[in-house]
Amino acid sequence: MAEEPERLIAEDGTRLDGRKPDELRPLRIQAGVLKRADGSAYLELGSNKIIAAVYGPRELHPRHKQKPDRAVIRFRYNMAPFSVDERKRPGPDRRSIEISKLSKEALEPALFTEYYPRTAIDIFVEVLQADAGTRCAGITAASVALADAGIEMKDLVAAVAAGKVDGHIVLDPMYYEDGYGEADVPLAMMPKYDAITLLQMDGNMTEDEFKEAVRLAKKGCKIIYREQRRALKRKYGGE
Amino acid sequence: MSLDLDLLAKIKRHEVLSMIRTGERIDGRDFDEFRPIEVRTGVISKANGSALVRLGNTQLVVGVKLEVGTPFPDTPDQGALAVNAELVPLADPTFEPGPPDENAIELSRVVDRGIRESEAIDLEELCIVEGEHCWVVFVDIHVLDHDGNLFDASLMGSVAALATAEVPEVEVEDDEVEVIEDETRPLPFRDFPISVTVAKIEDHVLVDPCLEEEIVMDARMTVTTNERGDVCAVQKGDKGEFPPKAFEEALEMAVKKSKEIRRTVKAQIES
Repeated sequence: MAEEPERLIAEDGTRLDGRKPDELRPLRIQAGVLKRADGSAYLELGSNKIIAAVYGPRELHPRHKQKPDRAVIRFRYNMAPFSVDERKRPGPDRRSIEISKLSKEALEPALFTEYYPRTAIDIFVEVLQADAGTRCAGITAASVALADAGIEMKDLVAAVAAGKVDGHIVLDPMYYEDGYGEADVPLAMMPKYDAITLLQMDGNMTEDEFKEAVRLAKKGCKIIYREQRRALKRKYGGE
Repeated sequence: MSLDLDLLAKIKRHEVLSMIRTGERIDGRDFDEFRPIEVRTGVISKANGSALVRLGNTQLVVGVKLEVGTPFPDTPDQGALAVNAELVPLADPTFEPGPPDENAIELSRVVDRGIRESEAIDLEELCIVEGEHCWVVFVDIHVLDHDGNLFDASLMGSVAALATAEVPEVEVEDDEVEVIEDETRPLPFRDFPISVTVAKIEDHVLVDPCLEEEIVMDARMTVTTNERGDVCAVQKGDKGEFPPKAFEEALEMAVKKSKEIRRTVKAQIES
């Protein structure tokens, strides 16, 4: 990471990239970008570039891993070696294994897994370029890919992080804010139900600051939700 | 989770749930009540610090080992911390031998963040020669008996082991580090992070879920606080969701409860 900037938030509340504290980076979502996958989506959030694919419901091998009453959800979050400043060694590390587990658990509440017994629904997220907030961007993209695959869902899952930077609670921290900020709060939710499906936090916050970050991240999710729906409408009509 | 446990869960689920609906827990505890906590430190003399934790029937050992290593390039003036958890097969019929699975990795990373983000260890004190040599603190969590809430038990054990750990003195000559094993100083430990895990079962939230409750819970939230009461790590886990009311209740319950648990663990270490 380059030298720490002198201050991350200007006196008038403007951030390094010119955003206001409660402003998302530019977001672009496109549904159905891959031919072979059953569903897919491409997402850009700031300079994050994420592609998600869904295969399934499909037969699960080995068979002893099948669940007689529901589908098994599998999620793989993977960072391309060229996606970060220093080349990332290919393959899963502890961070990506944890993110994969939590992302799966973030999406599962939205799925009717009981509709597809004995099957697997495989979700693959590839981070092509990373600029903080990739786990949330991955969940947002994967959720659109699930809908694109025609899998029935209670709601889309939208995700974004909030953070504490120079004592301010901000939405969608970018690279420097994530690296030099005081806390990071990634959150995913089903906006229709106002229900949190992923929540993490690391850093240092008072209980009230943490609540404020959760509130701000939820607000961000609602904006992302609108873009997810727009992306699906662009592909399937309705807009 | 194996099929056996799925079946057991279905049978038990009814009992656990019907009790919770009437405001009772399967083991008679209040919703905001932990199981008895027992922490014994210095149980492994080969380790630089260690602790045995019993949280009800959950049992685990944490060992702290110090090794001289190289600082990370981005923190040349600091020692390093590595937390690892092993869910060994003797602790649960579903645990399997082999490299840590996603559950073990999640557990160790949640404990790691609790220690790291509370800045409990003064890592700068563990630098030996800037950019060249430092102490690497290995925290190894060894689960012996899994009866639920490994998260809180693991952090209690790690904190107890670290708070009582000793760092050997060193002599540096011509860039060689010589460790003097029989001269030690206490590990620079300056905070006391405690996590409280809250399970959400239907519309109810309760602390310190035992295994039977973990099997039926929809989701859990682990909140780690530092000594000041600030939040330093949070982790929602499992496949359910937290609606606003459950989230707020869980957060408040966890923050409030952590003060009492911190006192309990501290008292156990001192006795």
